[in-house]
Amino acid sequence: MPLTPATQTGDLAHDEPQPYLWTMNVGPQHPATHTTLRLVLKLDGERVVDAMPDIGYLHSGFEKIGEHLDYNQYVVVTDRMNYVSPAANNVAWHHAVEKLLGIEVPPRCQYIRVIISELARIGDHLTCNAAVGLDTGAFTFFMYAFNPREATLDILEAMCGARFTNSYTRVGGLTNDISPKAIAMIREFLAGMPKKLDDAEALLNRNRIFVDRTKGVGVLSKQEAINRCVTGPIGRASGVPRDLRRDEPYLAYGDFDFDVCCAEAGDCFARYLVRMAEVRQSLRIIEQAVENLPPGPVNVGIDARTRLPEKGPVYATIEGLISHFELVMANRGFKVPSEESYAAVEAPNGELGFYLVGDGTNTAYRARCRPPSFINFALFPHLIRGHMLSDVVAVLGSLNIIAAELDR
Amino acid sequence: MTEPQTIHALKGAYGDLAFSEYRGQTRVVVPLALIHDVLETLKERLGFDLLVDITCVDYLRYRGAQDRFGMVYLLANVETNERITARTFVNDPEPTVPSMVDLWAGADWLEREVWDLFGIRFSGHPDLRRIVLPDGFEAHPLRKDYPLQGRGERHNLPVIRRAEG
Repeated sequence: MPLTPATQTGDLAHDEPQPYLWTMNVGPQHPATHTTLRLVLKLDGERVVDAMPDIGYLHSGFEKIGEHLDYNQYVVVTDRMNYVSPAANNVAWHHAVEKLLGIEVPPRCQYIRVIISELARIGDHLTCNAAVGLDTGAFTFFMYAFNPREATLDILEAMCGARFTNSYTRVGGLTNDISPKAIAMIREFLAGMPKKLDDAEALLNRNRIFVDRTKGVGVLSKQEAINRCVTGPIGRASGVPRDLRRDEPYLAYGDFDFDVCCAEAGDCFARYLVRMAEVRQSLRIIEQAVENLPPGPVNVGIDARTRLPEKGPVYATIEGLISHFELVMANRGFKVPSEESYAAVEAPNGELGFYLVGDGTNTAYRARCRPPSFINFALFPHLIRGHMLSDVVAVLGSLNIIAAELDR
Repeated sequence: MTEPQTIHALKGAYGDLAFSEYRGQTRVVVPLALIHDVLETLKERLGFDLLVDITCVDYLRYRGAQDRFGMVYLLANVETNERITARTFVNDPEPTVPSMVDLWAGADWLEREVWDLFGIRFSGHPDLRRIVLPDGFEAHPLRKDYPLQGRGERHNLPVIRRAEG
């Protein structure tokens, strides 16, 4: 794979007019972009001299909506941000809300939130790698990776009733406790996964075509990764050993034994390897969480006046009805400080944080989402310069851009 | 470097900046003229090398607020995992803050997004265009005086028919 230094091609692109450069449009509807985004490529023959991403096709004003929905309602919108791993977004949102409100959720809730985050991570990493495989010609791997991802969706369905748009968390708890059936499904999943991962990795790790198409392509150095604000698996594949699960142990992550997977190469192949390794670590975390699931309530007590009461007492008793109304009526609800806070979790794509400004009402005054896809996609022109046109799909796939999160 | 040392170093260099803490987060309010210098010091001397986010808050109807816009810079230290939030305030007309692209290349898109949604200009930004909204859009929708339903822009977007395209 011939590499041209980015600086050299950069000079070509900007300094003098090059009449022989082609301009090619990719997207906004194109099978290889996977989501709705547009690239304008400047080509010298088959070599990409420059790329200009054009985003915003899916902009739906999520942050504006966040200023009009209350803290419980907005979780539905977070599902639609990164729709490949919505459970991680739910956890991120309510983690940030609970930090603003100063609520500590019970241990059982923390463990279940860890389980759904890690299931979401497994699903997200497998989808991303499956798409990279598909785009570089490895269709069989796509099937091998999508099948276990389907199992994670089944488990999430058994836990909360929805496969994709989970909306499983609430302020101070969850919609419902985990059921024995879901635990049995998780155990079965954990038992079968290592073999499935081995099979899938055996298809790609030493596959000549795949390795040739991803190794040395889209190299991101450690220095550039930090300079360009990159976090998550893409940063770790470039040697930035930052993982919020270990560095700022939120929820119950301090209780678990797991490794932070890093690589130094920083190319598409390293990103693939890091994601596959992280899937195995997520399995370890889920296993520890399921086997040590603490007893007790999943929600904060009724005296904390944050979690909506169970429906049974609401329909059957006057006290339950009053406590329900106390929370949902416009001039009631829980007490929110007039303060600003930022809290982040390690989402599958990187640091997913919410900067919340509370103004004393039930609704956030400002609900800023720090979207990892947005920051990762800004890398794209830097990574693709000097590579071939066919490398566009490998780089784009390995960045795992989810346009709904990109544009919000 | 522990947090009190960071605060100490900043106070030593810039006099009395307003520090505060909320649920374990260190925050500092910096005058607009100093924001670039302070962030540069934080990055180069105090090890806050990762720019986590740049965002903005419109305090138009916020109780007790004196300034219109608050810029928020979230920084983190990759080695020690500390975080610091730097804020500065900027007002109408023509709110302008210095761009941080010379410190972090990743600030590029973040600042374009703030320009797009809040209409805050970044002096020294190499490519300050709208990023998520179309180029012809006039308003800055995350401002508090912009209605949730919009001002009808969606219904008046130019339609390109296949024959004309």
